Amino acid sequence: MALLTRTAGALHRRPRLRLALLLTAPLLWLAVLYLGSLAVLFVSAFWTTDSFTSEVVKVWSTDNFHELFTTPVFRQVILRSVGVALAVTALCAVIAFPVAFYTARIAKPSRRPLLVVAILTPLWASYLVKVYAWRLILSEGGLADWLLKPLGLSGPGFGLPATVLTLTYLWLPYMILPIHTALEQLPDNLLDASADLGARAGRTFRSVVLPMVLPSVTAGSVFTFSLSLGDYITVQIVGGKSQLIGNLVYANIELNLPMAAALATVPVVVIVLYLLAMRRTGALSSL
Amino acid sequence: MEASAIRLRDLRKSFGDTTAVAGVDLEIRDGEFFSMLGPSGSGKTTVLRMVAGFESPTSGTIELAGQDVTRRAPFERDVHTVFQDYALFPHMTVEQNVAYSLKVRRVPKAERLVRARKALAEVRLEGFGGRRPSQLSGGQRQRVALARALVGRPRVLLLDEPLGALDLKLREQMQIELKALQREVGITFVFVTHDQEEALTMSDRVAVFHQGRIEQVGTPAEIYERPATAFVASFVGTSNLLTGEAALRVLGESGTHSIRPEKIRVLKETADPDEEGHNTAVGTVAEVVYLGDATRFLVDLDGGGRLTALQQNLDTSAEDVAGYRGTRVRLRWQRRHTVHVPD
Repeated sequence: MALLTRTAGALHRRPRLRLALLLTAPLLWLAVLYLGSLAVLFVSAFWTTDSFTSEVVKVWSTDNFHELFTTPVFRQVILRSVGVALAVTALCAVIAFPVAFYTARIAKPSRRPLLVVAILTPLWASYLVKVYAWRLILSEGGLADWLLKPLGLSGPGFGLPATVLTLTYLWLPYMILPIHTALEQLPDNLLDASADLGARAGRTFRSVVLPMVLPSVTAGSVFTFSLSLGDYITVQIVGGKSQLIGNLVYANIELNLPMAAALATVPVVVIVLYLLAMRRTGALSSL
Repeated sequence: MEASAIRLRDLRKSFGDTTAVAGVDLEIRDGEFFSMLGPSGSGKTTVLRMVAGFESPTSGTIELAGQDVTRRAPFERDVHTVFQDYALFPHMTVEQNVAYSLKVRRVPKAERLVRARKALAEVRLEGFGGRRPSQLSGGQRQRVALARALVGRPRVLLLDEPLGALDLKLREQMQIELKALQREVGITFVFVTHDQEEALTMSDRVAVFHQGRIEQVGTPAEIYERPATAFVASFVGTSNLLTGEAALRVLGESGTHSIRPEKIRVLKETADPDEEGHNTAVGTVAEVVYLGDATRFLVDLDGGGRLTALQQNLDTSAEDVAGYRGTRVRLRWQRRHTVHVPD
């Protein structure tokens, strides 16, 4: 007991030691495993392979990146991946806003926590199960076809639209949650003030609600965008023959590790650019 | 006959089981500085919110300039509000905040800018138009809120405890400015406050609220000098109430009577008891409080009851004060300052 008190006292007098004890383990984890593996990834992107044995040859060259930007297929896949991520993000925002508006402002306050839990429950289910569920929905003669048949339409089938749809479903909670929080924190009296100064509901929405909630949409978009950009399983299951960056990385990893590394660098760079762009909007301070 | 700015008829509001406003009838004249005074929970803010249109009454009617607006939305009423915590839009600049009501009404941009600048000048905030509300002090935000509500020249301006968040010095300064501004623009001001001093200094007339009802409406002098109920007497200013036996013995009649502390003079016990037109009572000083500019005496009367007397420190000073406790004194005040308060 006395020892414990003495130790606590000693720690109290040495704030730096306290900080060191607190942060050593997580910093080691971050620096060695996280940043370290990123560094290895980046460095290995500049190596090459022996085309016969697929052995990695540790010779410095920029051939991989050169190939990346000059080969039409690579360029297409990169643009397609970014396009899918943007589409998913836009769709998530459009769907999430009304949902969050209901859960945060229209639903009874006593029922709100329950609704938030309900929005989060899909995250507890296995990713694969959910994607295969979508495969069933979208398969020929599946639920989507059956529902659209009376309208004389058929479902989208497997392909990029199916991929966008499934990814939107998967990441939607990550968009709803920040918007819900922002809407819930929006002071009532700002809405009162707007109405008081002569604004109808539509004007209040455009001039007060939307601009104040927009940072949270951007915050949510960081999740939906980066999660979509990194995904390669959904597209394998519901994407038909479509390929995204992840698939190319996966395909190259056995045969040409340095090329896979170069490909993997692309989403990292894109996401860093995206984050920088979002930071300009001030959205990251609301994370 | 000219229509009054606001007329409330038997206005009531309940939230579930609690009655916030229990029947209010009130007429506020055009161009008047009118205060609604009462403790928190007395219903004054709810009345204000019903006039603005944020709450709809359970029953009763609200007329603005002779028109029934009871069922109209806030944006359909020619009334603007200054909120207690200002409710400035944080994502807009000061100028955009002030110009908001003009933009909503599609006033052309050039005119908007001119009028917003003029409104900011009225509240002495020239040159602050480009800032964000978060970059302003409490007093400045308060002025922006005022400018924003005044720029559209509404028929009535509602102010919900707008000075509550300011420190004393600033509050006193704003009281004077608000009054001057109201005189200048000639708009009807309805001012909600729990601070009786504020209500008395600024208003043309005051309504005193208590438990969802109005206890008294009158000029500050009427409210202060002739309180209509015991509640008004005790809530507005400090008041002495003499009731029952004590009243009978000191004043010669029973019932409740109010005497303001500053009307009572503290004399030596031996002073002449029979001066013409005065009430008088003898007692022992129970407590003395030195207030700087004045001294407050709490005197236990021989006839029962306790009176507070306030004396300007014309001759006395801090050293004298301590010695007064326990001494015998005679209190005397003019009979006309004894106000009978109906029970």
